[in-house]
Amino acid sequence: MTDSTTAYVILSAILFTIGTIGVLTRRNAIVVFMCVELMLNAANLALVAFSRMHGNLDGQVTAFFVMVVAAAEVVVGLAIIMTIFRTRNTASVDEPRMLKW
Amino acid sequence: MFESPGISYATLWPVLLVLGVACAGVMVEAFAPRAARFNAQVGLAVVGLAAALAGTVAIGSGASLGASTGEGALIVDGPGVFSQGLVLLVSLGGVALFAERRLDNGVSVFAGQAAALPGTPAERTASQRGLEHTEVYPLMMFAVGGMMLFCISGDLLMLFVALEVLSLPLYLLTGLARRRRLLSQEAALKYFLLGAFSSGFFLYGLALVYGFAGSMSLAEIGAVAEEGSSPLLLLGIGLMAVGLLFKTGAVPFHSWTPDVYQGAPTPVTAWMSAATKIAAFAAMLRLFYVAFGAEGDIWRPAIGVVAVLTMLLGASFAIVQSDVKRMLGYSAVAHTGFLLTGLLGVQDDAFGSTQAVLFYLTAYGFATLGAFAIVSLVRGPNGEVGSLDRWAGLGRTNPWVAATFAVFLLSMAGLPLTAGFIGKWGVFAAALGAGQWPVVGIAIVSSIIAVFFYVRVIMLMFFNDAREDAATVATPSYATSGVIALSAVATVALGVIPGPVLSLLVDAGGFIG
Repeated sequence: MTDSTTAYVILSAILFTIGTIGVLTRRNAIVVFMCVELMLNAANLALVAFSRMHGNLDGQVTAFFVMVVAAAEVVVGLAIIMTIFRTRNTASVDEPRMLKW
Repeated sequence: MFESPGISYATLWPVLLVLGVACAGVMVEAFAPRAARFNAQVGLAVVGLAAALAGTVAIGSGASLGASTGEGALIVDGPGVFSQGLVLLVSLGGVALFAERRLDNGVSVFAGQAAALPGTPAERTASQRGLEHTEVYPLMMFAVGGMMLFCISGDLLMLFVALEVLSLPLYLLTGLARRRRLLSQEAALKYFLLGAFSSGFFLYGLALVYGFAGSMSLAEIGAVAEEGSSPLLLLGIGLMAVGLLFKTGAVPFHSWTPDVYQGAPTPVTAWMSAATKIAAFAAMLRLFYVAFGAEGDIWRPAIGVVAVLTMLLGASFAIVQSDVKRMLGYSAVAHTGFLLTGLLGVQDDAFGSTQAVLFYLTAYGFATLGAFAIVSLVRGPNGEVGSLDRWAGLGRTNPWVAATFAVFLLSMAGLPLTAGFIGKWGVFAAALGAGQWPVVGIAIVSSIIAVFFYVRVIMLMFFNDAREDAATVATPSYATSGVIALSAVATVALGVIPGPVLSLLVDAGGFIG
């Protein structure tokens, strides 16, 4: 890896870690979901940086696909979170706990 | 200048047909009158799946097998086409179960109006008017299309897109139950959040592997990895494995499995437990053998540990369950462990681990489809009865249903003369061939633990007295009875005469890049 690529990949790793920690520690489903999106965007940054390093377009094209997939995921995810919120008046991921063990 | 990629429609039309049927289903929702939608959707789905199945059989027996198409994005090889066919077969059964309307006063198991809140007048109105969501059929078709692509993905981008195309509809289908809607919605939320989390890991792993190899193609990654490894590749393998292990429900990424299996509408559970596993394992085998084959010394021990944990934990937790769907959910976790044991073997021209895992998937697919179909028949005044206590004595009141359920359980337990036995024997032999005897030893111990809880249910059905609030068996339509009967026949037939399927698998060969 050239030095400039390393910097980008390290930044993407930091973003990915922030996202992961967010998913594991935050309690609001919307915030958890935003952290997942952060993970996807971290991967996008890494893909684009690697794409530049290798001098081919595969990584950049993949980043576009990831954006589309992330948009589709938002639609499905918010629909599910909205339903839960309207039923229970809370979007906390701790609140629904009927399914256990 | 760019050149347009060559796409061989002759080998891809079944996938395109299924996705086309899904789009046509959306159009039906938009333009057909409400009364006509159910028949139109079911008809479209059945015809589309049957035609695609016929197509995969033709492609599988044709000469063009083993070709890569779409600039290497899709690899139509023997095992890929076999798993596609299996997904389609199971999905045909799934449509039949989805369309069941005789069990619950003429309405399907799906919510009348998903947007109406549980317990509100709006929900009651929707129920009285007999509304139902026929969107479930297009959703299912999209998921089937994604699964078929997942089975033949030849590069990382296609793997990711197919994974999402198959997952997103499943999240929605999980949350659409007509009864016990809070449970169903909670399952959907858990499935979605954990699924999205794991696909984040998968994607980051994908980016690292691309950074290592400079190519998305599995075959090229395999070639670059032959020349030398790097921490980038190992991290990438680990993160991608997390994503796939989640989809298959392996420990420590299994926690969604029992929740989703219990919360989802039972026909969805029946179809999803079989079809998702088939697609995910087909993709996993290709990824690990073709792209990461050179790193086998690194990932085999790690997958071995996961397999051991998965088998032991799945089997032990299944023992303490009091709900039948939850018990089958933990049993699905244990089966993932057995399948991972098969993954530890090596690809072989004769009967290697590819063949063993695919046979296991065939056996398990029919058993789980049939078992959950029977679960949907056992009902009380408030819908399905999950509590195992109320299943007591079912063997005396309904010997045929209980006996068929017993056949499926015995196959899952892996008793001789059922498909499960041949499946287990195959994956254990494949792992032993690669010198993985400690894992196989623990697998045998787990099988014995598993026999215990399967046999416990059979004893409960046949040798215990029925309680006052015992569950009764509702009379299903011919579609559901047909699915149960065919699954039972397949389970026994594959156990007694496995030869034809085994030789078909040997002819199919191994996964190629």
